[in-house]
Amino acid sequence: MLINILSGDKPRSVILTVLLLGILVALAFAPFLFPGVRSLETAARICIFIVLVASYDLLLGYGGIVSFAHTMFFGLGAYGVALASENMGRGWGSLAVGTVAGAVAAAVLALVIGLFSLRVRAIFFAMITLAVASAVAVLVSQLSGITGGEDGLNYSIPRELTPAFRLGEFLGVKINGKLLNYYLVFFASLALFLMLLRVVNSPFGRVLQAIRENDFRAEAIGYRVIYYRIAATCLSAAVAALAGSIFAIWLRYVGPDTTLSFEIMLDILLMVVIGGMGTMYGAVLGATIFVLAQNYLQNLMGAASEATTGLPLIPDLLNPDRWLLWLGVLFILSVYFFPTGIVGRLREGRRA
Amino acid sequence: MTQTLLETDGLTVRFGGHVAVDHVSCAFHAGELTAIVGPNGAGKTTYFNLISGQIPATEGRVRLMGEDITRASVADRCRKGLGRAFQLTNLFPNLSVLENVRLVIQAHRNKGFSLFSMAASHTELTTEAMAVLERVKLDHLKDKNVSELSHGNQRKLEVAMLIALDPMVYMFDEPTAGMSADEAPVVLDLIAELKAERERTILLVEHKMDVIRTLADRIIVLHNGALAADGDPATVMASDVVQEAYMGKELTDV
Ligand SMILES: Nc1ncnc2c1ncn2[C@@H]1O[C@H](COP(=O)(O)OP(=O)(O)OP(=O)(O)O)[C@@H](O)[C@H]1O
Ligand SMILES: [Mg+2]
Repeated sequence: MLINILSGDKPRSVILTVLLLGILVALAFAPFLFPGVRSLETAARICIFIVLVASYDLLLGYGGIVSFAHTMFFGLGAYGVALASENMGRGWGSLAVGTVAGAVAAAVLALVIGLFSLRVRAIFFAMITLAVASAVAVLVSQLSGITGGEDGLNYSIPRELTPAFRLGEFLGVKINGKLLNYYLVFFASLALFLMLLRVVNSPFGRVLQAIRENDFRAEAIGYRVIYYRIAATCLSAAVAALAGSIFAIWLRYVGPDTTLSFEIMLDILLMVVIGGMGTMYGAVLGATIFVLAQNYLQNLMGAASEATTGLPLIPDLLNPDRWLLWLGVLFILSVYFFPTGIVGRLREGRRA
Repeated sequence: MTQTLLETDGLTVRFGGHVAVDHVSCAFHAGELTAIVGPNGAGKTTYFNLISGQIPATEGRVRLMGEDITRASVADRCRKGLGRAFQLTNLFPNLSVLENVRLVIQAHRNKGFSLFSMAASHTELTTEAMAVLERVKLDHLKDKNVSELSHGNQRKLEVAMLIALDPMVYMFDEPTAGMSADEAPVVLDLIAELKAERERTILLVEHKMDVIRTLADRIIVLHNGALAADGDPATVMASDVVQEAYMGKELTDV
C-alpha cells in the first residue's frame, strides 16, 4: 500500500528515510509546530518548490533535457490565477479557470517549443527556451495594462482562504482561512509530487532514462525519441504551471520577480543539483535545504556578524548582504563532496 | 519460391566524393541466413546503417515485406520488424541488465506511453525479459549494471536485445567480435536456433570462415561498397574474386 503510493521507489537509505519523514511531518504540522507568519510562509514555499524542482528534475535528471524556461511555465500558472481572479472577480471559479488555463497554456507552449527545437539538437532546445523565456519576461513587464508590469498584480481570493475567515482556536493556534490555504498548498503539492514519483517509475519514466543514457539505441529499439522528449517537456511544463497557480493562490500577488525571474531559474538548478539529479527525493531535500538557507541564512549571518564586531574582516564577510556568497560556497562544497547530490551520496553510503 | 522479407534496390550512399555503398541490389528471404563478407572498410556496417535507417540513403530503395521504408525513421523501421545488433556495443550503461532487455520488450509491446502505471507492475514484461536472458545465459547477472559487465557479456546482451525485439529481419554485425573461445558458442548456437525456426531472415556480417561455413546458406561479398559476388557458400568461396581478393587476408580460419 505505502509502497504503491511511493510507486515502488523506496528511499533505499535509512538516513534518507528519516530525513524525508522528518520533512513530511514538519510540513504536515507546520502551523502547529512552528507558529508564526514567517515560518508558515517558509513552509508553503518549501512545498511549492518541491513540486517545481521535481518537475524540473523530470526533464533534466530523467530526460537529460536542459531547459531555461521552467520559471516561465511557473509564471504562466501564477499569472493564470492572477488574471482570472482580476478579470472574473474573486471566487473559486476564477481559481479553477486560471489554474487550468495556465497549465494548458504551459503545455501548449512547451509543445510548440519542443516541436521546433527538440527535433534538431538538445543544445538547441536549451537556447530556444532561454530566448522564449526572456521574451515572455520582457512581454510581461511591458504589457503593464494587463499584467501590472513590474509592479505585478494584487487580487482577492475566496474569503475561506484568507486570514479574515476565522474558525476558532485549536492547540493555541488560530484556525483561519490562512491555515486552510496552507493545507491546500500542502495537499496539492503532495499530490503533484506523488504523481511525478509515479511518472518517473512508470514505463514512460524508464524510457526517459533510456533516452538519457543512449538516445541512439532507444530509437533503434523502436522508441520515437522525439515524442518522448516532447511529452516529458509538456508534462513538466504543466506541473510547473500548477505549482505556479498554487503559489499565486497562496501569495495573493504575482509579479515578475516572484515567478518569472531568471534568479528563480538558477535557484531551481541549484536545488536539483544539491538534492541529486534523477531522483525525485532529491527535489525534496534540495528544495527544503535551499529555501531554509534562503530564509534563515541571512538571520544567522546577521547574528554572527554582530557577535564578531571588533574582529577584522570577519563581520564584513558575515554581513547578511553576503548571504548569496555563502550560498555559493555551500553549493560548490556540496557539488564537490556530493557530486551525485545528497540523495546519491546517502544511497551510495548504504552500498559501501 | 520463398518469401522475400527484405530487399535493397540500387542502395547507395556517398560521403562527399566517397561512395561507401554503391548500388547494392539484393533480396533476402524467409528462412535464409546470409553472410555478408568483405575487407575492413568495404561498407558492410554502412549497408546495415542504410537498411536500419541510421544513415539516409543518397539513392536507391529499401523494402521491408514489400513496403517501401526508405524514408521511414529508425524507430518506425524497428517497429515494422527490422532488428539490429551493433558492431560496437551500444547499450544503456547505467541501467541493469534486466532493464536493458525489459526496455526492448516494453517497446515491442507498446507500453512506453503508459505514464501512470508502475513499471514494476508489468510483470509480464519482466518474465519475458528473463526468458531472453536465460537464452543468452545472462540471467544470473540480471541486477548488475551494464557498465560492470565484461566485454563478452556485453556482446551477449547486445544479442539478447536483438532477440527480445523478435524481428522479421535479424541483422548481426560481427556478433562474436572480441569474445573468448568459450563465450562465442552461446551466441552462435542462438543464431543457429533462430535460423532453424525458418520464418525470419538473418543477415550476418562475419569474418570467421568456420562460422560462415557452418551457418550460412548464402554469401554476399561487398568490395569498395559494391556487390562483388552473391551465391551459395561453396560457389562464392571458390570464385576467383573471393579467392584472389580476400581468402588470404580477411576470411581466416580461426
Ligand atoms: N558517417 C560516415 N561518414 C563518412 N564516411 C563514412 C561514414 N560511415 C562510414 N564511412 C566510410 O565508409 C567506408 C565503409 O565503412 P564501414 O564501416 O561500412 O566498413 P565495414 O565493412 O563495416 O568495415 P569493418 O569490417 O571494419 O567493420 C569506410 O571507408 C568508412 O570510413
Ligand atoms: Mg563494420
